[in-house]
Amino acid sequence: MPKITIDRERCKGCQLCVIYCPKGLIKPESRLNKKGIQPVMFLEGAAAKRRGAASGSNCTGCKFCALICPDGAVEVYR
Amino acid sequence: MDKIFTKPKSLRDIPTHYCPGCGHGVAHRLVCEVVDELDIREKVIGVTPIGCAVIAYDYWEFDCCEAAHGRALAVATGIKRMRPHNLVFTYQGDGDLAAIGTAETIHAANRGENLTVIFINNAVYGMTGGQMAPTTLLEQKTATTPLGRCAKLEGYPLKISELLSCLPGVYSIERVSTDSPAKVLSAKKAIKQAFINQMEGKGFSLVEILSACPTYLGLKPIDSVKWMAETMTKEFPLGKIK
Ligand SMILES: Cc1ncc(C[n+]2csc(CCOP(=O)(O)OP(=O)(O)O)c2C)c(N)n1
Ligand code: SF4
Ligand code: SF4
Ligand code: SF4
Repeated sequence: MPKITIDRERCKGCQLCVIYCPKGLIKPESRLNKKGIQPVMFLEGAAAKRRGAASGSNCTGCKFCALICPDGAVEVYR
Repeated sequence: MDKIFTKPKSLRDIPTHYCPGCGHGVAHRLVCEVVDELDIREKVIGVTPIGCAVIAYDYWEFDCCEAAHGRALAVATGIKRMRPHNLVFTYQGDGDLAAIGTAETIHAANRGENLTVIFINNAVYGMTGGQMAPTTLLEQKTATTPLGRCAKLEGYPLKISELLSCLPGVYSIERVSTDSPAKVLSAKKAIKQAFINQMEGKGFSLVEILSACPTYLGLKPIDSVKWMAETMTKEFPLGKIK
């Protein structure tokens, strides 16, 4: 199944990936990173469901998150 | 499992100084993706501006030359004429290209210099604290137009791309945006074509990239891209201009 990784220290918390993920799989983390910024995280499986992603939503590897990220914090795997 | 998206090799693996959601980050990456895809890293020379992107050369793994504010196209002209086999591009903000550098811009275009221009239009002066740019929209509030830009006092948003398109020396001009993933893809296509034009000796090619400056729009990054899509693109319509 496709997935992404987010470099939480590089992420600047702009949340552009959050609004553009068609599956709702990216959400703000509750902890801050070392720069004092609230980074975002990728949600998989049960965690995704708990945070409100539609059930059965899986990452499609569409790359929308990576394309919009100004900080090169996202890598996509398929 | 294969990695299907990662940073281009020409983009150095260091964090940038840009604010969260700043469009310069995407534009830098797109230039690097094109440089990698065309395999021109050893041939390309970037001319960097004064503005928030002043240290773009720190982020790019290829040769660059810094120009004084607004003079990037004059510097690029000199480099290209002396080194015609190199691929020379400028990367300039709206204050740089369309205010202090208007003369250099118009005359380089009019001479039909075989150059590629990456023009970042974020409707404001970022580096100096959010003052009005020539491209600031009417009614847009900035540090120097606190009540909003007023045509009577400050004139109209300057459509430098449309203006340049009248010049016979100009080969191609396209306006793109970075407010959504789909538009980021189109922006990359336009940048690639602008470099290919130079490789084929076609002449002056400019890509105007609408870009977010959330800090001086006073909007969250997610609201800045909405503002771009809904308001900025009305004043600066996307597409091929020439
Ligand atoms: C000769 C000269 N005049 C003025 C300045 C001050 N200055 C620095 S950046 C800038 C404008 C930057 O705006 P823009 O080109 O739109 O780039 P941005 O920061 O928005 O990316 C100005 C006026 C300068 N550095 N040099
Ligand atoms: S690749 Fe597409 S589906 Fe997967 S996390 Fe990114 S935006 Fe969401
Ligand atoms: S787009 Fe990039 S920098 Fe912005 S929140 Fe997502 S991962 Fe972080
Ligand atoms: S001030 Fe604006 S243009 Fe400059 S880094 Fe911040 S968001 Fe980007």
